[in-house]
Amino acid sequence: MTTENFQADARKRKRDRADKRFKFYGFAAIVFALAFLVFFFIDIISKGLPAFQQAEIQVEVHYNAATMKNYNKAVDKKYKRLVSKTWLRLVPNQMRDKPELIGEDRLEWVLAENRVDQFLKGHEGHRLKSKHQKLVKQMLDEGKVRLVFNTGFFSKGDSKLPENAGILASAIGSVLVLLLTMLFAVPIGVMTAIYLEEFAPDNRLTQIIEVNINNLAAIPSILYGLLGLAIFINFMGVPRSSALVGGLTLALMTLPVIIIAARAALRAVPDSIREAAYGLGASNLQVVWHHVLPLAMPGILTGSIIGLAQAMGETAPLLIVGMMAYIPEAPGSIFEATTVLPAQIYTWSSESLRAFEERTAAGIMVLLAVLLSLNAIAVKFRNRSENTW
Amino acid sequence: MKKIILSAVALLVAANVAQASEQIHIVGSSTVYPFSSYVAEELGATTKFKTPVVESTGSGGGMKLFCAGNGMDTPDITNASRRMKAKEYKKCQENGVKYITEVVVGYDGIALAQSKDTAPLNLTRKQILLAVAAEVPNKEGTALIANPYHFWNEIDASLPHRKITFYGPPTSSGTRDAFEDLTMKAVAKKMDVYTKLYKADKKANKKYKKYHEVRQDGVYVPSGENDNLIVQKLTKDADALGIFGYSYLAENSDRIAAATVKGIAPSPEAVQDGSYKLSRSLYFYIKKSHMDKVPGMKEYIKLFTSEQMIGDDGACTDIGLIALPEEMRAKYRTQAASLTNLKPEDLKK
Repeated sequence: MTTENFQADARKRKRDRADKRFKFYGFAAIVFALAFLVFFFIDIISKGLPAFQQAEIQVEVHYNAATMKNYNKAVDKKYKRLVSKTWLRLVPNQMRDKPELIGEDRLEWVLAENRVDQFLKGHEGHRLKSKHQKLVKQMLDEGKVRLVFNTGFFSKGDSKLPENAGILASAIGSVLVLLLTMLFAVPIGVMTAIYLEEFAPDNRLTQIIEVNINNLAAIPSILYGLLGLAIFINFMGVPRSSALVGGLTLALMTLPVIIIAARAALRAVPDSIREAAYGLGASNLQVVWHHVLPLAMPGILTGSIIGLAQAMGETAPLLIVGMMAYIPEAPGSIFEATTVLPAQIYTWSSESLRAFEERTAAGIMVLLAVLLSLNAIAVKFRNRSENTW
Repeated sequence: MKKIILSAVALLVAANVAQASEQIHIVGSSTVYPFSSYVAEELGATTKFKTPVVESTGSGGGMKLFCAGNGMDTPDITNASRRMKAKEYKKCQENGVKYITEVVVGYDGIALAQSKDTAPLNLTRKQILLAVAAEVPNKEGTALIANPYHFWNEIDASLPHRKITFYGPPTSSGTRDAFEDLTMKAVAKKMDVYTKLYKADKKANKKYKKYHEVRQDGVYVPSGENDNLIVQKLTKDADALGIFGYSYLAENSDRIAAATVKGIAPSPEAVQDGSYKLSRSLYFYIKKSHMDKVPGMKEYIKLFTSEQMIGDDGACTDIGLIALPEEMRAKYRTQAASLTNLKPEDLKK
């Protein structure tokens, strides 16, 4: 008995050890994944936070005829390089709008140039000339330089000069494109799922369709861009870069995801419910519309939101249909050129001016916040949909 | 429901076809893109015109869109970091884009750069060719062999014992074209060992006329169109050399430094006087048939060619464009204002 027991004990210990190791591997995998995530967040947030502040300087602005001719004359020459060109160039227009300004010299807080901004934030590579550095330091002592909350980042569109660049236009573009995507993809996707799940006979054809839909959900998104270019732009004549073409292309991309999610949700509704309804004499339409669809709705919505969140973060297909461009104005209609948040982040990331680095990170933070809230909504629906039958 | 949606889409599209474009649409080179979009921004901010849409498609991609026809859905202007090719001009003509005006706005220098902490490197164009070409002459210079060089001192004993690594643009990029043109082609077309192969069989060995095949054994790493990525790689890899536009070098001068070519470092002055060889002109092309139909085109062109933008102290010069000499600027300004037609014989020069 003793040897047998002893062997059994040894085997048990071995099994326990294997068990522990297995648990540890799983744990290590999670720690590893989390470490990446934490690293990413720390990197992005530490880079992006400074972008929410913007330097301003106080200078005397000359509103006169000379400024009207050459806007660089609006401030004294020694300050010219410290003031943002994007502000300077608007001075003549200001005078045109408000003629009473002409002839006045006013002390004003104005937008500072990006190099001044980077210098104040202590970033390396600010490339502010040493004589200007001295001037800025001196002005700092006199309280003529300040960092304020960067409202422009949320109220302006893209700009080639980082101090003037904001995300408003691309955020509006994103919303518009997403709305269009939803408008096209959700009804078509849900109807397809209902047909396949509730009405279609189980034959070769539907099997082929099913395999193709699953396959489409997995192909690289850039192919949808090419498809969009061929169908919507070249064939149907939808204007390039417009919100409409972006929305349609992303709708194509999101369709398979929505169809698959909606089918799963419909399948999860137990047959007893359908049979009970049929038993009471309900028609097909009534069964689906009154019973199956309402019960499957939370699941369908979850799938749709996840599909739309994916579309929201997509850039590759939009590159092909011309939305990765310099488009600083928010679109007035769905036919006008539009850019979206991820495209904006991409264009900033390839800018040569260093101050765009923090804008890029800040843009990523905004996009992440939007995606996170979309996913939170999806989770909420999922929790509500956990019906027990 | 499907039907309703489909017909709604069809209706929207039909309603839209009739719409004319009211906004300037610009495509083309990613090198000209920052300058072009700066001008676009200024036009949008200071005038009543809508800000032109500027898309960065690469020089070749821009030409293709530009030459696709005269329709209002085609671009009005295309930017290029090289001259229009005769082939592209022909394509334009075939598609009815008959009248085109060419404007040069400035220069771009191509910089070979390395981490600031690395010992300075001085190269000749021939040494660069030997480092990046797929096939190079053997020791005796009689025949071509697959590139055996992995350290600079193997190419020339005077160079340091340092691993050869290049991070550069991919083939789709205009910068890559220019790099190949200015270093590889320029040298190889004068080297017998390449050209004699071409002369021996002009058809089969066409590539040896102006040899510009880049090695693919991992020494030259194509690094995407994003030049900031190359800059980041250089700070991590002390041996590596990066290839990109001058503006990125200027903007990152705190962490990277230029390798000199024949003792000359890239600078606006060296590019202007021609002593720095790795430089090229930047162009844009105007579709004349759109001039009356798209509001603001004349103003955009005028603004882009103005001293305020491309002069020695202009706004584009500030963000990395290298200005043309003054008389050249004046020449192209008049050419742009009078919309001189581009002729096929111009492109042969």
